[in-house]
Amino acid sequence: MKKILQTPIKDEDLESLNIGDVVYLTGTLVTCRDVAHRRLIELGRELPVDLKGGAIFHAGPIVRKKDDGEYEMVSIGPTTSMRMEKFEKEFIKQTGVKLIVGKGGMGIETQEGCVENKAVHAIFPGGCAVLAATKVEKIEAAEWTDLGMPETLWVNRVKEFGPLIISIDTKGKNLIEENKAVFNAKKKPILERINQQVRFIS
Amino acid sequence: MNKEAAVADLTHVMSKFTSYIGKRLPTDVTEKLGELRSKEVNFLAKEVYESMRQNQEAADKLDRPSCQDTGVIQYFLNAGANFPLLGELEGILINATLGATRDGPLRHNAVETFVEKNTGTNTGSNIPWLDWEIVPNDDSVTIDVYMAGGGCTLPGAAKVLMPGQGYEGVAEFVFDVITSRGVNACPPLLVGVGVSTSAETAARLSKKAILRPVTSRHSNDNAALMEELLADGLNELGLGPQGLTGNASVMGVNIESSARHPSTIGVAVSTGCWAHRRGKIKIHADMSYEVISHQGFQL
Repeated sequence: MKKILQTPIKDEDLESLNIGDVVYLTGTLVTCRDVAHRRLIELGRELPVDLKGGAIFHAGPIVRKKDDGEYEMVSIGPTTSMRMEKFEKEFIKQTGVKLIVGKGGMGIETQEGCVENKAVHAIFPGGCAVLAATKVEKIEAAEWTDLGMPETLWVNRVKEFGPLIISIDTKGKNLIEENKAVFNAKKKPILERINQQVRFIS
Repeated sequence: MNKEAAVADLTHVMSKFTSYIGKRLPTDVTEKLGELRSKEVNFLAKEVYESMRQNQEAADKLDRPSCQDTGVIQYFLNAGANFPLLGELEGILINATLGATRDGPLRHNAVETFVEKNTGTNTGSNIPWLDWEIVPNDDSVTIDVYMAGGGCTLPGAAKVLMPGQGYEGVAEFVFDVITSRGVNACPPLLVGVGVSTSAETAARLSKKAILRPVTSRHSNDNAALMEELLADGLNELGLGPQGLTGNASVMGVNIESSARHPSTIGVAVSTGCWAHRRGKIKIHADMSYEVISHQGFQL
């Protein structure tokens, strides 16, 4: 059966989740990426959206303004989460955000933020932007539109948005960092074997 | 056809084709992804391959860009010296980018450097990026359109090795780039490697390499062997889709090369994500065209 998280998300909704679990989200999902993080953390500007118990998406979508003035979500996939690593721990603390969705892993500081404030990071499959757009029921608001289409905070009402693969859980386990350690351990013997066969300069 | 009509005609074709390749993957990539999906056994990897399949289906049905990052638009031209619109091609491709941005729609991805403003049109200084090769005694032009997304552009790297480091150094460089930065670039990747004389020549060749079909091989036996060894070796790492582990890391490894200075080995890596959005189109002197990379393109 599908495990579905609903905003506002409570601490106890997340405590039983482990890295590698697959969940879905119903409720509000706000796009939030590089400049929005910088504005809150470095420039001290107040976010125009309340994220307490909320969910953010590291994403810069394609949005179309329809003739009736409403926005339509055309294509929305995750962007590289690691770019927000510099800000995310403090961002989680200040906003009370519970679910961070993006692409690839995040680092040690986000891990600490997830443990201290009971939050999780999850991966939505990169490049699957139309699949994601079909899970957006409505764009409810657009904030900080001065940042342009990719960086605007798009407030989306979503239904069973996913699959979301938990990559950092509230216990501080980090799926992608664990995977990277495995990849690095495998690298040396493979290269030694290849290098015996590419001695073309002789 | 007079010149003005021919320009309008070709602008229309290139605009539609540029928009089209953001919605449908080239045949070779679709086939390779199907093969990798059918061989996969890891639970999370299968889940992601299934999302990818559903996504491409939805993009096709809804006629939308399959990935939201429609990239910076790059055109690689193999232009016959006698192509009738040789001098007009740059203007045609700028207008094609503007048209595709409106019609796709494409995401606005051209930020003017130093001014640090998004132009909102996908055009800007030297963008769309044009790469030219002139073919003597030919009156057609073959254009590769490439959408360079941010995620798969980020791992790009070039370096000049000393000959003592040899091709062993090339292999190590490729592995370092892919293990450190490939995970975030939406694997399974198409890895392009340039082996050349300096940083920028290798970099250009590494990008040309990912314009080649996924299963193609270098004409030199040693280089072809190295392509195979690198692909097998990277797959053994088992990055899997999105770095979640799985059978494969790459769709393939393509090497492009040139002669080099005896004292240097220039090496560079460019990566294409699983949603490798490129298209190849050949335009004849009479403005008739054939699409080489995709089946089913219609104006």
